Amino acid sequence: MTGQQIVFIIISVLTLGAAIQVVTDRNLFRAAIALMASFLGVAGFYALLEAGFLAAAQLLVYIGAISILVIFAIMMTRRLMQTTESPFNSQPWWGLGAAVLLFALLAFVIIDRWPTAQYPDTPQVAGETLRANVTVLGQYLVSPDFYVLPFEVASVLLLAALVGAIFIAKPQREESE
Amino acid sequence: MTFNILEFLQSIVSLEVFDYLRDVWAGDMPAWLIEVILDVVGILSVSTFMLLVVLYLIWIERKVAARIQDRIGPNRVGGRFGLLQTVADALKLLTKEHITPAGADKVAFNLAPLIIVVAALLVWAVIPFAPGVIGTDLNIGVFYILAITSVSIVSLLLAGWGSNNKYALLGAFRAVAQLVSYEIPMVLALLVPIILASSMSMQTIVESQSVWNIIVVPTSALIFLTAAMAEMGRAPFDLIEAESEIIAGFHVEYSGMKFAMFMLAEFISAFFMAALFVTIYLGGWRGPGVAEFPLLGLLYFFIKTFAMFMVIVWVRATFPRVRIDQLLDFNWKFLVPLSLVLVLTVAIVEKALPVDLNVWVRALIHAAVNLLLLFGALELVRRYARKLRSVKLDEAGTPRDAAETHRPAATAQATD
Repeated sequence: MTGQQIVFIIISVLTLGAAIQVVTDRNLFRAAIALMASFLGVAGFYALLEAGFLAAAQLLVYIGAISILVIFAIMMTRRLMQTTESPFNSQPWWGLGAAVLLFALLAFVIIDRWPTAQYPDTPQVAGETLRANVTVLGQYLVSPDFYVLPFEVASVLLLAALVGAIFIAKPQREESE
Repeated sequence: MTFNILEFLQSIVSLEVFDYLRDVWAGDMPAWLIEVILDVVGILSVSTFMLLVVLYLIWIERKVAARIQDRIGPNRVGGRFGLLQTVADALKLLTKEHITPAGADKVAFNLAPLIIVVAALLVWAVIPFAPGVIGTDLNIGVFYILAITSVSIVSLLLAGWGSNNKYALLGAFRAVAQLVSYEIPMVLALLVPIILASSMSMQTIVESQSVWNIIVVPTSALIFLTAAMAEMGRAPFDLIEAESEIIAGFHVEYSGMKFAMFMLAEFISAFFMAALFVTIYLGGWRGPGVAEFPLLGLLYFFIKTFAMFMVIVWVRATFPRVRIDQLLDFNWKFLVPLSLVLVLTVAIVEKALPVDLNVWVRALIHAAVNLLLLFGALELVRRYARKLRSVKLDEAGTPRDAAETHRPAATAQATD
């Protein structure tokens, strides 16, 4: 076993163990912390794949923003943290079926359709492409030939969500005046 | 190559000691083992240095703040200047009992001080101390720093919730509101030097500053400094701890070494923000003679960093604490719009200027645009504040012109 494989196994155990903790823990706050650990594991995978930008983005977005919001929501509703109900509902078999289906689909795509043959595994080529990946990503995001339209559409969507949230949260003006 | 003490010392002076050791050990050890040993040595020396320098950062802060506020400061332990005061404090904290409050969430309570110190130390990996002396020159250096700093919010939340104390929880709430908000202007302000250097690598940003960025984009530097102060949670933005309102906020229940770890993290990150400011806006290790003697770069870097730390202490010792609504209003209604406009303007100006322009001319044009933006924004705020003031007076039954409300209002109150 190479060192990389050992690290991979450690990260996998961390990610999966934390994920199981998320769905089984009765204490919601603990579950949210486990969710963070799971996200951290995913960031570890990205780092292992030498996708440094994605790893940092995972940290910033998932741990620094989304998990914080989740925990904040949990803390605001204090009653939720003291629940003694079981976190399971009555549909374990449906859930299992869906999970197996998804796993089969992903496994099929990775085993059958992954174009490993096109990219010979030479570290030098990989290293050079990876070092430039942020620049390439940035250029792709704003060049009309690639992703500028989806990028702008996503921005407009996020802006609409922001405006919508403000509109909903705004105190209603009195009609009587 | 065999080991030679003279060459070893020479390699230290020219800051190539790792390369020298690599050469010396090349025959005796496998390459990976050499790299592991050198990495461990590097990590240990940087972290140990940070832990030790904190002792004297605290001493500097206490002494300088005391002088600014017309006090004397520590002057008993360790001679006239109290040089050993913080060492004694640290020893005392080490021997204190660890108290875990009843009903505390043990995992969260004990994890929080660890995470915050680790996060404070991790960011030093991408700071260039001198040419060639950097933990790892990531091509996403600035982004990495932002990612790691955002993790320290988690530890404040863990501490606040895990303590099972309402003041701690209040501190954690404030921490989230404050730190998440101020991250936005900080990120936007940092975008400006990234646009100028067209790279996120810290070493490239330093090398590209033939004119220091604080001269080129002063507004960005000012926004960054303000946001960084808020991120550190120090006065005038210390609402997270706010001793006079919520005792000590998120770390109210911590004692002994665990409390010391929060203090440690606070000072390491204050020092780090000074170092980051120096790297991004003050040219990092740049200075006369660095090309011949790399060791000078290290010296320049630390001189600038300590000077910046003094500025941070000066601000802390001078200004009173702001209120939470003022804090958030200032961020969302002033800093964020200003920094958004700034990023846009700098990008356009940078694109519009010809490529082969003299660096100083380019810097002056950028600086002029920056200052224009800053003073324009301040003028807008001033007019808005005036309007608000006159409206308030109208409601109170003293209708006056917007322009001359200020002085008559004061006299009216005095006669009441």
